[in-house]
Amino acid sequence: MPMKQPSPAPSAGLSTSAALELHSVVKEYPGEPPVRALDDVSLRIDHGELVAVIGPSGSGKSTLLNVMGTLDRPTSGVVAVDGIDTATRSEKEVAGVRARKIGFVFQQFFLLPGMSAVENVSNGLLYQAVPPKERRRRSIEALERVGLGHRLDHPPNHLSGGERQRVAVARALVHRPAFVLADEPTGNLDSKSTDAVMNLISDLHREGTTIVVITHDAAIAASLPRQLAVHDGTIVADSAGDGRQEGGLR
Amino acid sequence: MTATRAAAPITSRLRTADIFRVGASGPRARKTRTALSALGVSIGIAALVGVLGLSESSKSALLDEIASLGTNLLTIEAGAGFGGGDSALPEDALATVERVPTVTDASAVWAVDANVYRNEFIPEGETGSIQVVASDEGLLDTLNGELADGVFLDMGTSSYPNAVVGSVAAERLGIDGLDRPTYVFIGDDYVEVIGVLEEFPLAADLDRAVIIGKEAAVRFYDADERPAVLYSRVVDGSIDETRDILPATADPENPEEVSVSRPSDALEAQAAADEALTTLFLGLGAVALLVGGIGIANVMVIAVIERRGEIGLRRALGATRAHIRRQFLTEAVILSVLGGIGGVAIGVTATYVYATSQDWRVIIPQEAAIGGFIGAIAIGAIAGLYPASRAARLAPTEALRT
Ligand SMILES: Nc1ncnc2c1ncn2[C@@H]1O[C@H](COP(=O)(O)OP(=O)(O)O)[C@@H](O)[C@H]1O
Ligand SMILES: [Mg+2]
Repeated sequence: MPMKQPSPAPSAGLSTSAALELHSVVKEYPGEPPVRALDDVSLRIDHGELVAVIGPSGSGKSTLLNVMGTLDRPTSGVVAVDGIDTATRSEKEVAGVRARKIGFVFQQFFLLPGMSAVENVSNGLLYQAVPPKERRRRSIEALERVGLGHRLDHPPNHLSGGERQRVAVARALVHRPAFVLADEPTGNLDSKSTDAVMNLISDLHREGTTIVVITHDAAIAASLPRQLAVHDGTIVADSAGDGRQEGGLR
Repeated sequence: MTATRAAAPITSRLRTADIFRVGASGPRARKTRTALSALGVSIGIAALVGVLGLSESSKSALLDEIASLGTNLLTIEAGAGFGGGDSALPEDALATVERVPTVTDASAVWAVDANVYRNEFIPEGETGSIQVVASDEGLLDTLNGELADGVFLDMGTSSYPNAVVGSVAAERLGIDGLDRPTYVFIGDDYVEVIGVLEEFPLAADLDRAVIIGKEAAVRFYDADERPAVLYSRVVDGSIDETRDILPATADPENPEEVSVSRPSDALEAQAAADEALTTLFLGLGAVALLVGGIGIANVMVIAVIERRGEIGLRRALGATRAHIRRQFLTEAVILSVLGGIGGVAIGVTATYVYATSQDWRVIIPQEAAIGGFIGAIAIGAIAGLYPASRAARLAPTEALRT
């Protein structure tokens, strides 16, 4: 479908229609010498895409995820989330962008102990001031969507690893973000649970959710529609073609 | 979608009620640790509330007692009183004191030179420090005294050897009731005990005395007719001026040898002395509270280290630094408020149980309960300050790296 070209676009001249857009992003960690973990990375992920980011250990995948998720600010370059240029935003606003636009799934699940599945999921709506009743309603919906409608009131320690990660996926989806970032989501799971979680991710993609999966597992990456290969802080291959990286039209 | 979307308000927001919900989630998930860290503050607050409650209850009991005994009793003694020496007041001292217009009532006690024993077989000298004295029939009324058993001396019984024993004397002589005829051995004769007294808080010397009638004392024991001590009740507003004229009234020739005292002063001084002790215990309670606060700070610092993952997660879910700071501050205050509630409950219960066992009116000073509570909140807020700011400073990427 044809994109509306935005009138005077943000400073870097980005299109605002992408779920996520990076332009000339550099991330250096201070040190002697400084570590350049991301070196001039540009990429664009459209709404509805399912993308694998793959690369060896130390290649900059986690740094890329942190920058894409606005958990860390780039040393230079532009990160635009759903058309919002985060570079010019205050800490409170960037936190608000995460609360509304981004969902996270981590290798370690990060479910809070002593809270039921529903309560854990509803934490995904906490920081945009959704009223408790609505939080609960939407959390139940999200848990049903990941197939855990029968585990609503279970605390994390009563759930299997695969179930825990599905709760985490529900938490990442509950606020209907522009995209979900999953960092090694199957890294702590056995093969059966891995399949279940990857099937869930595919299902969600089919229903229209935008998802970026970071993985070092080539088989998992190969099963996804688009792969971005990272090496030494640069994107060395993009199965969608180089043109996409510059933020142009498909 | 156009650029106008970027202008929409996107600031992260946490509802006020959710600040408390989030702050309570940590303590709720770790109940044992919550209880233990609140305990320190509990002990401090319990000590403060208990000490204040008990001291107020005991003070009020003492003051009630003083009030019921009357603060208008003046004791007039020659030298050291009937206990020591030969000094005595003039024979007519009681009559002259009774004539003072501001004196409403007066009674006298005379020294008797005799020893008292339970029976004739007790060796000489083992008197158990019990004195034999004589009194007029009005003594009990003048002192607002009470009988534990039997009757006091009257016109009839005071002319013959009949004895009324003080509370301590009764105990030392082994008299626990007058169900059967009871005798004590005074001088060379058995004397029937017709009454046992309750304590005389305003005239403790009489607790250790065996009292016989004045006439009998003179007749059978050759007692000195000059009184040793006079007890007088004075019109309430004129106590100081009466006190000034009493020495010259009682003994116009040697007024300087007469001492006038107000026994209720000593009891009031005792209440004040209790206050000094209370201050000491309050100090100890405050130290306990401080230690409790340090305990909470400690637990919170550990919580921040242990819960880095949670902090990182919450930042990823959209929490700002301020949200994280508020969460951990709230958590510290919740711990200390729980401690405060527990401490007030323990302090009130302890006061109630002890005061009731002492037959005191239970008084919980409001400043103690409310102050303890506010103190707990303040302690929690101060204890949480440093851990909360550490949690807030933690970068999300660092917090998520475990
Ligand atoms: N906080 C940091 N401080 C300094 N160097 C870092 C930090 N985080 C990552 N790095 C370095 O940046 C590079 C990329 O790391 P990372 O993004 O974690 O790679 P990956 O996730 O692909 O293993 C590595 O050389 C790593 O040592
Ligand atoms: Mg990594």
